[in-house]
Amino acid sequence: MKERSWIRDFDWWLLGLALAIAALGILEIYSATHNGNLAGLHWKQLSWVGVGVLCLLALAFVNYHSILDQAPVLYLLGLASLVAVLFFGHTRFGSKSWLVIGGVNLQVSEFMKLAIIVALARFFGEVRTDRLLLPDLVRVAVLTGVPVGLVLLQPDFGTAMMMIPAALMGVYLTGLQWKHALALVLLAVVLLPVGWSLLKPYQKERIFTFLRPDEHPQSAGYQTLQSKIAVGSGGFWGKGFGKGSQNQLGFVPVRWSDFIFAALAEEMGFSGVLLTLLLYMALLLRLVQHAQRAGDRAGMFIVMGVTAILGFHILINVAMVIGYMPVTGIPLPLMSYGGSATLFVFMALGLVMSVRMRRFVN
Amino acid sequence: MAYWFENEHRLPGSRLAFVSYLIVGVTLLFLLGFWKLQVVESDYYSELAERNRIRTIPLIAARGRMLDREGRVLVDNYPSFSVLLLRDDETEVERSLPEVSAGLGIPLEELQAQVEAARKMPRFQPIVLKPEASPADIAFIEAHRADLPALELIMVHRRRYPRDGFLAHVAGYVGEVSDLEIERSNGRYRPGNIIGKSGLERQYNSVLMGTDGLRRVIVNSLGREVGRLDQKEAIPGKPIQLTIDYDLQVVAEAALAGQKGAVVALDPRTGEVLAMASHPAPDSNIFAVRVPREQWRELNEDLDRPLLNRAIQAQLAPGSVFKIVMAVAMLESKAIPEDFTVFCSGIADFYGRPFRCHVYKKGGHGVVGLHRGIVQSCDIFFYNVGKRLGIHRIAYYSTALGLGQKTGIDLPGEEAGLVPSSEWKRRVLKQKWYPGETISVAIGQGATMTTPLQLAHTIGGIAMGGVFKQPHLLLNRGNVAETRFPLSEATTAKLTQAMFGVVNEGGTAASVRLEGIEFCGKTGTAQLISAEGMKKVAGKAAKRLTDNAWFVGYAPRTRPEIVVAALVEHGEHGSTAAAPVARDIIKAYYEKKSARSKQQFTVQYKFHELPADAPTVERRSVPASQGAPVELLAGRRNRP
Repeated sequence: MKERSWIRDFDWWLLGLALAIAALGILEIYSATHNGNLAGLHWKQLSWVGVGVLCLLALAFVNYHSILDQAPVLYLLGLASLVAVLFFGHTRFGSKSWLVIGGVNLQVSEFMKLAIIVALARFFGEVRTDRLLLPDLVRVAVLTGVPVGLVLLQPDFGTAMMMIPAALMGVYLTGLQWKHALALVLLAVVLLPVGWSLLKPYQKERIFTFLRPDEHPQSAGYQTLQSKIAVGSGGFWGKGFGKGSQNQLGFVPVRWSDFIFAALAEEMGFSGVLLTLLLYMALLLRLVQHAQRAGDRAGMFIVMGVTAILGFHILINVAMVIGYMPVTGIPLPLMSYGGSATLFVFMALGLVMSVRMRRFVN
Repeated sequence: MAYWFENEHRLPGSRLAFVSYLIVGVTLLFLLGFWKLQVVESDYYSELAERNRIRTIPLIAARGRMLDREGRVLVDNYPSFSVLLLRDDETEVERSLPEVSAGLGIPLEELQAQVEAARKMPRFQPIVLKPEASPADIAFIEAHRADLPALELIMVHRRRYPRDGFLAHVAGYVGEVSDLEIERSNGRYRPGNIIGKSGLERQYNSVLMGTDGLRRVIVNSLGREVGRLDQKEAIPGKPIQLTIDYDLQVVAEAALAGQKGAVVALDPRTGEVLAMASHPAPDSNIFAVRVPREQWRELNEDLDRPLLNRAIQAQLAPGSVFKIVMAVAMLESKAIPEDFTVFCSGIADFYGRPFRCHVYKKGGHGVVGLHRGIVQSCDIFFYNVGKRLGIHRIAYYSTALGLGQKTGIDLPGEEAGLVPSSEWKRRVLKQKWYPGETISVAIGQGATMTTPLQLAHTIGGIAMGGVFKQPHLLLNRGNVAETRFPLSEATTAKLTQAMFGVVNEGGTAASVRLEGIEFCGKTGTAQLISAEGMKKVAGKAAKRLTDNAWFVGYAPRTRPEIVVAALVEHGEHGSTAAAPVARDIIKAYYEKKSARSKQQFTVQYKFHELPADAPTVERRSVPASQGAPVELLAGRRNRP
C-alpha cells in the first residue's frame, strides 16, 4: 500500500465515531467518580483508549488473512487462557475471570471474543453454500460452546452470553434452514430447565426480580429502579454535567461502568441519549456497510461478527439501563470503564479496519 | 492462502440489509423507551430522585415546664434519644426491617405492622421504633449507619416528674398519641407525638406542647449526610405556672403518706389550689416512656385505684361535714327558728325507725342547739332539722352551695358528686322518695356524694359569706369565675363561730387545735355500710368497708385565706385520721406566712431548681425507685 492510499482507505469516520463515543464515556466516568475514592478513573480510561487506538492502528495494517491463517492458534490460545484463568485467575466482582499480566488485570474472556470472531470468520468463509447444513451447524455450536462453557465456569453468565451473537450472526448470514431454527428453539426450550438449575441463586433472583419487580423491591430490583430514576429524572435536557443527584450521590450502581448510560441519561437528558444512540447507530451501520463491501466472504464475516458482538452488548446494556432486561454485568462498549473491554472494542474495530483497507485487493 | 479466494460465493445482499434495518429499528425502539422515561414520565422519576436524596429529620420541640407559684420547677424535661425509622425511601425501609428487628430486638411482625399502619401518613413522618434508646441500641445504630440508612437517632425531650408520685395526679402524665386521638385532632397530632394524657399535661396540652420542626438534609446512597437543604426550627412549648405551693404540697403529700385518701388546699379568696394530693399515687415517670402492658394492667386493676385522682374523682358520702350545708339551709330558709333546740338522748325514732347519734354508746348530748349541734356534731339535732326542712330544701341549698356539680377546676375528669332529691330519685331510680331517706341525707349519708374538692370549695365559700371562687391550678389566669349565693352576715357569723368551736371549744376536732391560729373546721365520718352489715363481713373486706374520715378546715375564722379538705378512706374518724392532715397544711401555711413576713422565704426559693432527688417525701408503702427508667422500659415497647 502506498502512503496516499493508506490515508484514503483508512475509515476516519469509523475511528471518529468510536472516539466520539469514548469521549462521552470518559466525560461521564469523570463525572461519576471525581467525588469519590475512584477519582482519576477517567485518566486511566483515557490511557486505555490511547492503547486501544494503537492496537486498532496496528491491526489495521496487518492483513486480516494472515490473522485468519492463525485462527486455530488464536482460538486454542484463547481456550488455554480460559482454562488457566480457572486455576490461576483471581476473583473480582464474583467471577474468576481476571489474569494479571505485567501488573495489569486483564479479563481474558474479552480476548476470547476476538478469537471466536476470527475462528468463526474462517469457518464460515469456507462454507460455500447459501444454506447451512446440519454438520456445519453442529461444528459452529461446538466451536462456540466450548469457550462459552469455560466462561460459565468462572462463573460469568453475562460475558458467556456475549460470545454467542457472533455465531448466531454467522449462522443467519450463511443461511439458517427453518427446520434447524425450529430444532434450535426446541433444544433451547428443553435445555432451559437444565440451565435454570445451574444458575446461581443471585442470578435466579435477578430474573425473578425482572419478571415481577413489585414483589422484589430489594437488591437487583433496587438497581434497576435507581437506574430508571436516574434516566427518568434527567428529563429532556438533563440535570447538567456533574449535577445528577442519582449519579453524584451514588444511587446509580456502578455508574462508571455497567450503568454509565444511566448516569449520562441523567446528566445530559434525552438530548444526550439521542446523540449517543445515534452515534452508536451510525457506528453499527458503518460496520454493516463495510461488511457489504468486504473483499471476500471471510472478511465480511469478521466485520459482521464484530457488529454482532458490539450490537448485542449495546442492546443488552441499554435495555438493562431502562429496565427492559434483567441486570447483567454487561459493559457498554466504548463508554463503560474497563481496560480489557475497551481494548477488545478497539482491536475488533482494528480487524474491521484491516478488512476495509483491503476491500479492493481482489 | 489461496483457498480463501477461490469459488467466492456471494451471499444474498438482503441478509446484510436486514441487519441494517434491525439496527435502525432497535435504535428507534430505544429512543421511544427513553422518550417515555425522560419526557413522558419525567416528573414521576424526578420526584423519586428527590426522595432519594432528601431525608427529613424531625426536630422535636421541648414541652413546657410546670412551675409552682413561686417559680420553682415541678415538672421538667431531660434529653434522651429516640430510635426512628425514616420512611423517605419505602424500598429501603422494607429491605432493612429484618436487620432492624434483629438489632433492636423488636419482633419482625410488629415492625411490619407499624410500617403498614404508617402507610397513610406523609412520607417525611418517621416511625418511632423506640421512644428511649438503650446504650446498646445507640451502638447498633451508629455501627450500621451505612447499611441501614433508614434508622435514625434523634434527640428528644423526655418528661421528668417529681419522684414517688409527688403531685402525680395534678401534673398528670404524657404518652404517645393514640390512633383515636390522631383521628380526633384534625391533623394537629401525628403518630409518635407525645401528648398530655391526664391531669394538667392534658388540660394545658396545647400550651405545653410545642411545634416540632424539621430538617431536610441531602444524603448519599449510603445514607450519609452530605448537605443541608433547610431547617424549620422546633418551637418549644410554653411553661405554665401553677397555683400550687411546693412547700404546702410537700406537707400535703407527707401528711397523706401511706394512707388512702386525698387532700385539697384552696385559697377561698381566689380559688387558687395551693396543694392537691391523692394517694396512692403512681410515679408518673413510668409514663414518660412507653408503659409495659403488665405494669399498665397492674395500675388499672389495683383495688386501691392509684390512677384515680381522689381529690376530684372520689365521690363519697360527706358525712357530718354536710351538717354545715344543713345549717346554711336552716338559717337562710328561715323554715326553722334559729334558736331551735332538740334533746339528744343518743337515739331517736323517725318514721318508725330508730336513728342513732354517734355518741349513742356514751349516752346523748342532752339539749342541743345549732352551735353545739355543729361543735359536737350532734346527729339527732340535724335529723330533726332535716325532717323539718324536707329533702327539697336540702337539695336546693346543697346545689346552691356548689354540691352535685363540677366546680369547673382546670383538670380533666372531675366528677360532679350527687345531691339526692325526690325528683332525682324518680328520674334516675324510678322510685318514690321515702321520708326516712331525708333523715339520712341530713347527716351527709344516704345517696349524697361529694368530692374533696367540692367540700373545700363549698365550705370555703360559706366561710367567705357565699362567694364561691372557681378552683383553678393555673396562676394568673385572669378573671376567675365565681358563683355568688350571698349569705346573711348573721348566718356566716354563726357558722364560722360554730366551726371555730369544733376545733377550739372542745368540739370534735379539739385535738388538732393550733395555738395562735384561728383554725376552724368540721369533721365527718361517713359510713360505708350499716353497723349490722359490718358484723357480717370480716377480715380484709371489713377493712375496705370501714368508715371514711373527712375533715374540712380553714383559717382564719373570717375572710379565710386557706381552706383544706382532707379525706382518709377507711380512716374511721374524721377527728383522728383526717383532721391532722388538714392541720399540718394549715400550720405549714402559717409558718411560711410568718417566715415570709420576716423576709426569709421567697428570695431563697425563687427559681431554685429542684434537686434530682426532690421531693423528699417518705413513703412507707412504696420503696423509692432507684433504677433509671431506661432499664425498666427499654426492653419492650408495648402500649397500653
